[in-house]
Amino acid sequence: MDESYPDDLRYHPEHDWARIDGDEAVFGVTWYAQDALGEVVFYDPPEVGGTVSKDQAYTEVESVKAVSDVFAPLSGEIVAVNEALNDGPEAINADPYGDGWMVKVRLSDPAEAGSLLDADAYKALLQG
Amino acid sequence: MVPPASTGPFGGQYLSEEPLASRALASSTSTLRRTPLCDRHVAAGARLVAFAGWEMPVQYEGGVREEHLAVRSGAGVFDVSHMGEIETRGPDAEAFLQHVLSNDISKLADGRAQYSVLCREDGGVLDDLFSYRLGDRFLTVTNAANHEADHAWLAQRASGFEVEVEDVAARHSMLAVQGPDARAAVAALTDGELPARMGTAILSVAGTECLVCGTGYTGEDGVELLLAPEHAPALWDALLDRGVVPTGLGARDTLRLEACFHLYGNDLSTDRSPIEAGLGWACKLDTGFVGSPALRRAGEPLQRLVPFAFTGPGIPRQGNPVRTEAGAGVVTSGTLSPCLGIGIGMAYVPASAASPGTAIEVDVRGKLRTAEVREKPLYPPRKAG
Repeated sequence: MDESYPDDLRYHPEHDWARIDGDEAVFGVTWYAQDALGEVVFYDPPEVGGTVSKDQAYTEVESVKAVSDVFAPLSGEIVAVNEALNDGPEAINADPYGDGWMVKVRLSDPAEAGSLLDADAYKALLQG
Repeated sequence: MVPPASTGPFGGQYLSEEPLASRALASSTSTLRRTPLCDRHVAAGARLVAFAGWEMPVQYEGGVREEHLAVRSGAGVFDVSHMGEIETRGPDAEAFLQHVLSNDISKLADGRAQYSVLCREDGGVLDDLFSYRLGDRFLTVTNAANHEADHAWLAQRASGFEVEVEDVAARHSMLAVQGPDARAAVAALTDGELPARMGTAILSVAGTECLVCGTGYTGEDGVELLLAPEHAPALWDALLDRGVVPTGLGARDTLRLEACFHLYGNDLSTDRSPIEAGLGWACKLDTGFVGSPALRRAGEPLQRLVPFAFTGPGIPRQGNPVRTEAGAGVVTSGTLSPCLGIGIGMAYVPASAASPGTAIEVDVRGKLRTAEVREKPLYPPRKAG
């Protein structure tokens, strides 16, 4: 897919997105992140029930050549993981905002979202 | 023989714990050297990274896996102009190289290639090298990261020999054309006959005089071409016109690892002897080369470098700890094999755990992954029986 940063998402400067719905949010990595990483060939999802902390790595994605941490844009408890990425991690490249989602989290502090970037601010960050 | 990256995410030094932001900045250094093919790489959609002081293409538009498979099924071309060349000539050239290189250079026939290592007095490996005998001179190809140190090392030890040891890297570009269709693609650009494996020939290829060598680093048939840098772009263009696919250092690493070729800085270092590394076949102790007394004294190594493959999920990476029934080891190279679809690598393990079939475990950032010591090469796998 072409480079894009949907307006309905909130962005973390470590190239992660959150789709917030009340006190839950879905997380993934941005188009920029998947492009920088290259072809994702392995993803080992975290466990449902585990906790994630804002700004901390909660999982990792691997290309043929490199490993990259994935950072939590917000804090909470993992209520669902994208099991389909086990067998099809390339969805992270093909559809980073859709089929390439990583975890769904019940937020412990929804007010944290105030510190995230909107699409325009994130795009400005990428342009340095 | 690709050296490790001094900076940047690719080429052996994996950024296992760094966020993506720093990865993106890794190639923005301004002091990097460029090969004459730099704008050809950009035109082919290359992702350029810092690699041993050079700005080199790690992959092109298609990505590492696609390039890897192109070399296994067709033909790919690698710009390896960052590698160095040292010319040794003079009445004592052979005697001198016999003194410093591990292999028996007296057995190297004119126009042929020979692999060897350069050892310190204590037997630690300074570099691994290909040398070519070209009439009354020798050309030795070095790893980019080691080139200047290799040249200094050789120059220092040349006193007492009637020999000239010249750094001729600036006079050479190098292209590796590899894959089952590689020879046909190069043959179509020359009237001459391509050299056999481990042979050489000086031929006009695409109108340019090249030293064509029947060597490579992929486990596939193919040739490597050394030529004057100013002619490299024309040769590159001619190869691409024949359908040869541009292939980057990322695929070069996965290809060499499937073939179980050593990468200096990963699998070879000054902390390891060539015997531990499985390069005893290239170390002729009777020649008395520098380091051979230490290797003789050391006797049988306690650890050995072995290829392995994961039997479950995961990708091994350089530095991952290894557990065996006989004790601990360490992964020196690891990747996902594009051809096998599983994690593969090389690791130093206790000698009693080095037999093919031995079950081992690899600690990949806190997760224990199951693996098995394998025969080399990992790809193509040896047929049973």
